[in-house]
Amino acid sequence: MASTRSGTARRQYGVAALFTAPFFLLFGVFTLAPIGYGGWLSLHREQTDGLGLGGEPQQVFVGLDNFAQALTNTRFLGGFLTVGVYCAVYIPVMVAVAMVLALLLDSAYARAKRFFQLALYLPNIVPGLIAAMIWLYLYTPGLSPVVDLLDSVGVPFSLGSDAGAVGAVANLAIWEHTGYNVIIFFAALQAIPREVIEAATVDGAGGVRVAWSVKAPMIRGAVVIAVLFTVIGAMQLFTEPFILMDAATTINDSWTPSMYIYTLTRSYNLGGAAAASLILTVVLAAASFVVTRFSRKGATP
Amino acid sequence: MSDVSTLTRPAAEAAPPAVTAPERRDRRGVPPLLSKGIVNGILLAATLWTVLPLTWLVISATKNYADLYQTGGFELARIRLWDNLVHLFTFGDGLYLEWLRNSLLYAGVGAAVSALISVMAGYAFDKFRFPGKERWFGLVLVGVLVPSAVTTVPLYLMASDLGMTNSFWGVFLPGLASPFGVYLGRVFSAAYVPDELLEATRVDGAGELRSFAQVAFPLLRPAFATLFLFGFTGGWNSFFLPLLMLSDHHLYPVSLGIFTWKESLAADSEIFYPLVMTGALVAIVPLVIAFFSLQRYWKAGLTAGAVK
Repeated sequence: MASTRSGTARRQYGVAALFTAPFFLLFGVFTLAPIGYGGWLSLHREQTDGLGLGGEPQQVFVGLDNFAQALTNTRFLGGFLTVGVYCAVYIPVMVAVAMVLALLLDSAYARAKRFFQLALYLPNIVPGLIAAMIWLYLYTPGLSPVVDLLDSVGVPFSLGSDAGAVGAVANLAIWEHTGYNVIIFFAALQAIPREVIEAATVDGAGGVRVAWSVKAPMIRGAVVIAVLFTVIGAMQLFTEPFILMDAATTINDSWTPSMYIYTLTRSYNLGGAAAASLILTVVLAAASFVVTRFSRKGATP
Repeated sequence: MSDVSTLTRPAAEAAPPAVTAPERRDRRGVPPLLSKGIVNGILLAATLWTVLPLTWLVISATKNYADLYQTGGFELARIRLWDNLVHLFTFGDGLYLEWLRNSLLYAGVGAAVSALISVMAGYAFDKFRFPGKERWFGLVLVGVLVPSAVTTVPLYLMASDLGMTNSFWGVFLPGLASPFGVYLGRVFSAAYVPDELLEATRVDGAGELRSFAQVAFPLLRPAFATLFLFGFTGGWNSFFLPLLMLSDHHLYPVSLGIFTWKESLAADSEIFYPLVMTGALVAIVPLVIAFFSLQRYWKAGLTAGAVK
């Protein structure tokens, strides 16, 4: 049966709906609806009316009160400060290390490229929880060769200090995520047309110069995407400090915004938790915007 | 987001134009052995840094509590890996096995279903014409950037209203829709399934479902494998959602289970230290297996998502 053109088109609507329905259904129920519900919750507070034991808790509309409380709460704001410092330490170091390793892998001198890629990527498949547990032991004085080594070269390390805690979590994150970005940067480097590099070489640039002034700027796009995803992940920091909390006295239950949200949820301050989540999302959106805008500005001098 | 798909190319065009010299001169001096040593030396040092902590875990999983404290972290004591494994799998009537099974269901079955959903939706976005297509796809792209922080707490409350907090479905279902998967599905479909081939099957009179199942899907198998691998590692590593949702030990995924053991360390170190160490090591094994058996695909997937 030969179908007419409009028949085909109509059939495509139906089949397109059929193919995309499972995704949009699940996306609607488990992503969009929670966002909407979170918005509603953030404007309400749970109150048990009456003095008796049998009173059903009721959601009372409180306007922007939850937001006002979150924005004046020093513990919540302190969490943003922690995460800000953490991002300032972690992201430049991670991106620089990943870039250097990717450039080295891309150089003509590198051997066993496949092996190095696999080995560098390995920590990325280790669950964050387990990675944090491994490093928790590696941060423990007496147990850890790392701490002993640092001590012996005159760099005392303690999880107990603010700088130590941020450094410890940053090192953990660098360990987990550098390999992923090495792979991405390396693939981007491989996509650079060989003529461009040959041209620079013919012009008399040395290997290091070609790597730094020709290759690195050309994978700017990949770097921006990597920074974007890293910022989004880093600002939601939860698992690693949550695990290190026992050993690091400066890490408390509201050390990062996500930990604060978890603590509020556990104490049934749901409106507060919802408001704090939305504030975190807005900050994330703003940060993403700044990253993409900043990079675009830089790209067109 | 369209610039994602062309990330490397405009950069390439912006590069200095190719050399105009009519003939290329010989490459300059032979690379000194020193450069080779430095390049590979740094790579080796970085590799040691990534691999040594895992080595430490492997070694620690062979020790009992006393040896863990009395011997160096990278020093072997009497090897008790077998004893530790027996202890791990028999403790609490095989609780760890239940956790492994749960993780396989949450992460394994979940990733398979999720990958299929993503491939189908991505394929539809690539191959079918329907009204408002790019607007719907825009919604998918916005979804990629939604942080889990904003959905997790309301999800927990919704589940709690429906009495589903302490249930398998409360953890399994929320992970199925993956906007990033749909995006990758579309990229892969454009790359792997030629339009002409589909035209040919349409001319032959095959229905859309049949041409997807018999013609397109076999070509999209690498996409499916990549998305499965991403979903599997993501699901296996998921911690925040199960931590909020579940209180019944028998429903825990392995990550949450190990966490509760870790929390019990202070109570009885001699029992729980080997459990935590060996449990953590065994929990990584399925990931390593999935990773190495599907390694043909993961790189293509990573780079398709971020570079191409």
